[in-house]
Amino acid sequence: MSNLVIDDVSMRFDLPGGGAVQALKNVSLTLKQGELMSVLGPSGCGKTTLLNILAGFLAPTEGKIKLGDKRVTGPSPERGMVFQQGALFEWMSVRDNVGFGPSMKGMAQKQKREIVDHLLDVVGLSQFKEKAVYELSGGMQQRVALARCLANEPEVILMDEPLGALDALTREKMQGLVLKLWKETGKTVILITHSVEEALLLGERLIVMAPRPGRIHREYNLPFADMGVGRDLREVKKHEDFGKRREEILSMIWEMEEEIMGGAEQ
Amino acid sequence: MTPFLIADLWGELLAVLTTLFFALPYIAGYIAIILLTLLIWTGVKKVLRPVHDYTSLKTVTFGDESAVVSNSVASVVSVVLIFVFWAVFTGSSLLPSFLHAPGAFTGTGTFTYTVTTPDGRSDDAEVTVLVYPRDEEADAPDVDPGDGFAKNDSIAIAEYRSDLLRVDQNDEIGRDEDAVITAINGQEVAPGDTVRVDFGTVSLSGRGTPNISPSTGMQMEPIWLPSPEGVWSRLTEIATSGYRNSTLWEHLGYSLFRVIVGFTLGALVGIPLGYAMGLSDWFRGWFDPIVEFMRPVPPLALIPLVIIWAGIGEVGKIILLFLAALWIMAIGARSGVSGVKISKVHAAYSLGASKFQILRHVIIPNSLPEIFTAARVAMGVCWGTVVAAELVAAEKGAGMMIMVASKFQSTDIVIMGIILIGIIGFGIDMLMRAAERFLVPWKGKG
Repeated sequence: MSNLVIDDVSMRFDLPGGGAVQALKNVSLTLKQGELMSVLGPSGCGKTTLLNILAGFLAPTEGKIKLGDKRVTGPSPERGMVFQQGALFEWMSVRDNVGFGPSMKGMAQKQKREIVDHLLDVVGLSQFKEKAVYELSGGMQQRVALARCLANEPEVILMDEPLGALDALTREKMQGLVLKLWKETGKTVILITHSVEEALLLGERLIVMAPRPGRIHREYNLPFADMGVGRDLREVKKHEDFGKRREEILSMIWEMEEEIMGGAEQ
Repeated sequence: MTPFLIADLWGELLAVLTTLFFALPYIAGYIAIILLTLLIWTGVKKVLRPVHDYTSLKTVTFGDESAVVSNSVASVVSVVLIFVFWAVFTGSSLLPSFLHAPGAFTGTGTFTYTVTTPDGRSDDAEVTVLVYPRDEEADAPDVDPGDGFAKNDSIAIAEYRSDLLRVDQNDEIGRDEDAVITAINGQEVAPGDTVRVDFGTVSLSGRGTPNISPSTGMQMEPIWLPSPEGVWSRLTEIATSGYRNSTLWEHLGYSLFRVIVGFTLGALVGIPLGYAMGLSDWFRGWFDPIVEFMRPVPPLALIPLVIIWAGIGEVGKIILLFLAALWIMAIGARSGVSGVKISKVHAAYSLGASKFQILRHVIIPNSLPEIFTAARVAMGVCWGTVVAAELVAAEKGAGMMIMVASKFQSTDIVIMGIILIGIIGFGIDMLMRAAERFLVPWKGKG
């Protein structure tokens, strides 16, 4: 069991014109293996910075990240990443995109083939194996991105608004797929999103971050993700508590945005 | 100095504008013909094949880029018109002769001049002018001297030429006795004046000698512009028997060889250089001043230096083309690397790729479209540069061919060379585009 520990992480950097930005301040959090956590917050609250630190693309100025016993110092295949659109390799077929991680490890062709075939089956793209990725729709491309990440058997999956550019219908289908994959694979998943509904649906835990400096503002433990597994997500949304939580979080973020705007006007 | 400079430049500008002004009617005529064909074609198209596709239903086409596609009929008309104009003004046998622009006068024409002596006597005499085709020889025709003290004259002038005729040489009272010409065809003249006659113009020189200029018509003399079939026959002649000790294929082959070797060397050095500049700030800082300075220097400006350093042989030309391609390829590769989306690189790292694997599987394929664009530009520049370098000094090559031909006023070879150079340049670009479609189908799809 490797837990993901965020231990008192702060991040501060100088601006070229003088002055400094406190992007994150004293963020601490522990995720047990297999937990699904969503992160919400107004723009500028440091959620993408936090994700980049978790992925190992950025180094925190204070504190540390640990996955199990290992300290995070750089990117590694243990922590897979799913980006918003445009991170697929358009010069490769769907098959080669999904097989990218295993190829980099030098896995044998036969074994790699099995993994890729299985995963494309799971995300429902078996017929599109030999297609170029730019021939697929946006939703299909994000399925490929999910499969590509899973092919590497990461312990943690970091998702940076993976469904942000999709239309509402496709998005709902993809939310179901994410829940299904989370439950079946038992991976730790951290999902950054702008959508309160998505954060409620795809988070056993939900943290709301606040800006200036970026910090954890509120934390929730929610039942909706478990309810949603294998069910129609529209049913979950009709739940009484779901509506209440949504209103609560929306007004919280609304207030924070107002504060930022007020600060900008002064 | 400066006021003189400005006055000079102003004078030059006026000269340019005047030339343009005189060209305006011809340009307007050309545009009118194009518009006329457009009108005719629109009418014909409506009758022949009425269109009911999606574009035909658009009410807004002006400003809608997707509604504008190159009209192939207009392209055909454009090319055909060029050849038609060329044929019209060269009297080409490709067109029936009634379509030719009026040609130069040939045949016999006459005019009379009146000589007046200081004591007031005057007499008329007739001049017979024989204008003979330029590829023949002719002598002045025999004429009856006639009566009076002024005697009839005759002269033979080649087509497109003019000549002074000392009409008084056979006259009883000539210029030496201060007899002067006072009228031509009954029209009074003074030295410097010009009179229209049936077959052209006659003007009196400052010393009173008639200068006879038979009409040159509106056709171009072959020395200015040979007819299309003249160029074609010169092409077949050179293709079979060569020019200046080399066959046509040797000339073109040498030019192509230089371009391909120079471009390949430039790409081999430029692409890694561009990658280094895109991947390391130290390399970027090191080469930025050099690349940014050398890029705007036209390769043609380097020709004198390259000739001084490396002579006029193959080495000098290949160095020149290497330099022409190098900076373009380096900048193309650099922007190809800079253009890689950071999320692709991040994705590759978090999928476990090493630096080398990222270069091999992400950065290089991602930069290929930019490199192909740069290669197309570089090939175009190299082709232009090799021709220019051969114009300056070479023993073989397409540029050398037209340079030597121009010294001998073989305009047909010059035009043939220009057309071949254009066709090859176009062919190179087409090949590069085909290679691009085949090798980087993901271009613009990222």
